[in-house]
Amino acid sequence: MNHGKTRIILLFLALPLALYGALVVSPYAQAFSISLTSWSGFTADKPFVGFDNFQRLFQDPDFWQALGHNGLLLLVVPLVTIALGLFFAAMLNVGGSDGKVAGVRGSALYRRVYFLPHILPVVITAILWQFIYNPQIGLLNGGLDAIGLGGLAHTWLGDPAVALWSLIAVMVWAGVGFYVVLFSAAMQSIPRDIFEAAELDGAGRFQTLTRITLPLLRESVQVAWIYLGIHALDAFALFMVLTPTGGPDNSTMVLSQYLYLSAFGNGKFGYATAIGVMLSLLSLLLTALTFRGSRDKNTIEF
Amino acid sequence: MNTQPPTFSRRSLLRATAVAAFAVSGSGLLAACASADGDAESGSAKGKATATNPFGIDESAALDVVVFKGGYSDEYAKFDEELYSEKYPKAKISHSGITEIQTELQPRFVAGNPPDVIDNSGAKKIAMGTLVADDQLAELADLLKAPSADDPDTTVEDTLLPSTLDVTTFDGKVMGLPYVFTVNGFWYSQTLFDKHGWTWPTTWDGLTELAAKIKKAGIAPFAYGGTTAPDYFFSPLMALAAKQGGVDVIKAIDNLEAKAWQAEPVKAAAEAIAGLASSGYFLKGSEGLDHTQAQTAWVQGKAALYHAGSYVENEMKAITPDGFDMVFGPVPPLTADGALPQSALHAVAGEIFVVPAKAKNLRGGKEFLRIMLSKEAASNFTETTHALTIVKGATGDNDFGSTALGSVLKAVTAAGDDLFNYRFMSWYADMATTLKSEFANLLAGRIDAAEFLSTMQAKADDIAADPSITKFKI
Repeated sequence: MNHGKTRIILLFLALPLALYGALVVSPYAQAFSISLTSWSGFTADKPFVGFDNFQRLFQDPDFWQALGHNGLLLLVVPLVTIALGLFFAAMLNVGGSDGKVAGVRGSALYRRVYFLPHILPVVITAILWQFIYNPQIGLLNGGLDAIGLGGLAHTWLGDPAVALWSLIAVMVWAGVGFYVVLFSAAMQSIPRDIFEAAELDGAGRFQTLTRITLPLLRESVQVAWIYLGIHALDAFALFMVLTPTGGPDNSTMVLSQYLYLSAFGNGKFGYATAIGVMLSLLSLLLTALTFRGSRDKNTIEF
Repeated sequence: MNTQPPTFSRRSLLRATAVAAFAVSGSGLLAACASADGDAESGSAKGKATATNPFGIDESAALDVVVFKGGYSDEYAKFDEELYSEKYPKAKISHSGITEIQTELQPRFVAGNPPDVIDNSGAKKIAMGTLVADDQLAELADLLKAPSADDPDTTVEDTLLPSTLDVTTFDGKVMGLPYVFTVNGFWYSQTLFDKHGWTWPTTWDGLTELAAKIKKAGIAPFAYGGTTAPDYFFSPLMALAAKQGGVDVIKAIDNLEAKAWQAEPVKAAAEAIAGLASSGYFLKGSEGLDHTQAQTAWVQGKAALYHAGSYVENEMKAITPDGFDMVFGPVPPLTADGALPQSALHAVAGEIFVVPAKAKNLRGGKEFLRIMLSKEAASNFTETTHALTIVKGATGDNDFGSTALGSVLKAVTAAGDDLFNYRFMSWYADMATTLKSEFANLLAGRIDAAEFLSTMQAKADDIAADPSITKFKI
């Protein structure tokens, strides 16, 4: 009996597993084998060099610098995006002040406005911000000037002190709308009577948020954290458009960009693939850590 | 014993999806690097050699031409293909005008099935050094020794401008044909200069005095595109060094010699450029502009001078105001008694055409290049693009109504054989990367001349000591 069930399961799994093996696992294996060569990208044969590429990588200051930038993105982008997302979602759903558990006035409009950046393709977003950050005719410097804060104007993408932060701001701007919608949906699935009960017990709006809403959203926040982590490790398209050579003094170089420039700019496919292998190992490590950190806590079902 | 069946909840599904997405994010980039192994036959079509068909091409063999479709468009190549068709009516020609040369052709190189002629240009061109080091290109010695298309008594080589082939010469072998002859220098609006009574100076001091006057008139003297092309402004540094100390100074840099970046003329040149930065002569915010934005600011009159190659007229023609009257000014030397005359020019032959070693119709590829170097093809190119080719005097002094082309023709005649170029950036991609980033630092005033030169010397020493990098000598 049990035997027959196994066979059916195997039958159903065979095709997807074969596809997964051919399209996902085998490129991984191939990439790993390329990372052990000094392949330039144009020849049929790939000279084997063992772990040379990895050895170089560990001694390459540009690699560590790029890794550091990814680390900063990983820390800041999820934190700021989720905090803003939660704040806006709370205002849109339970922030109203007229007695009922509802959003602030005009919340339907805000929801659309917040979501708008998310439907723009990344490249369009980047080009848009290129104009905003333009030091000559840009909206940002012009705006600062207009309200008498001209002293705060910067060469946003040309100054190593602010370039990376300028890019982080774009990532947050483009990302926050999606999480507002995600958290809104999660908040709406929390039964209203829980909020009403809390209110009857005398809880204020801030207390309701920190004691009731946030704990009940923990799983959504965790998923958001992972998606944003992926985003922070990649960040390729946006960075390639806004600072195509890695920014002033390499101040905005991230791993994916360093990989691309090594392969397609410098003809070092073997080395670039080694960077790629490191990047995927980091991704796996990060995923493992995220889930370990939250495994043992109890989930509240409703 | 727990007998409860495992459940698959909405949450664990989300979780599993997230894990998968995480894993895939790293591998997407890797998959792009994966490739198929292949070993190609290097046989090429062959016919009988005659006086008009010096390479002995197979007249019925198909010809596969891939051209970069950028600032010069690809109409000129279609014109040249027609010339080829007229000569060999049986040959079927396939033409493609593309912008992403590397992206589209890399798989064909790996599979051993490259086109017969490639215009390897544009932002996505394939690094020449990489192709040469991998033996992917055919040597063009027989093309240079062949009779020219116009005159059977003159070889192709003798119809070309001096030292234009340096850029594609690797260890004494010519591996590509740079078709477009570009001179680098400052560009300005004659109308603007006439309005203020400014004239083009003959010494560097004259230029800095002019810059002071321009600044006083409320215009930024210089602009550059710091995010994408700070190295456009590196050409004046090399021009100053070469005019002061002679071409050996820049050859030493190309050859990665010890202390090449510390030579006195190079130091003086770097300090002169750094002086422009410290005097505040650059358009404010240049370090945050890309080259298109910087060039736009320049044609709009926000900056008076822009340093670029002679392609700039064609590149900006859509937005250059009428009556701008764009003209060329060569980089003035540091002193009047330098090693090279004041009229010497940094000339780069660009738009490099190559014939892959594994091309199916390798001989046809070379014949196509020979036809491109005919007077008819070359003057058609100059007429449609206002850019010169490396074919000597193909259009005489006809400027086709362009002030820019007219001023370039004058400068080229004045320079004569005093043309120079540097190659380390195309030979060593790593060096180019470092140069761009460090030179941007210099222009933005983040480092001084001494620090710039010592960083570049350290990078050159690193590359010289790295056995995994193929070295070239000039």
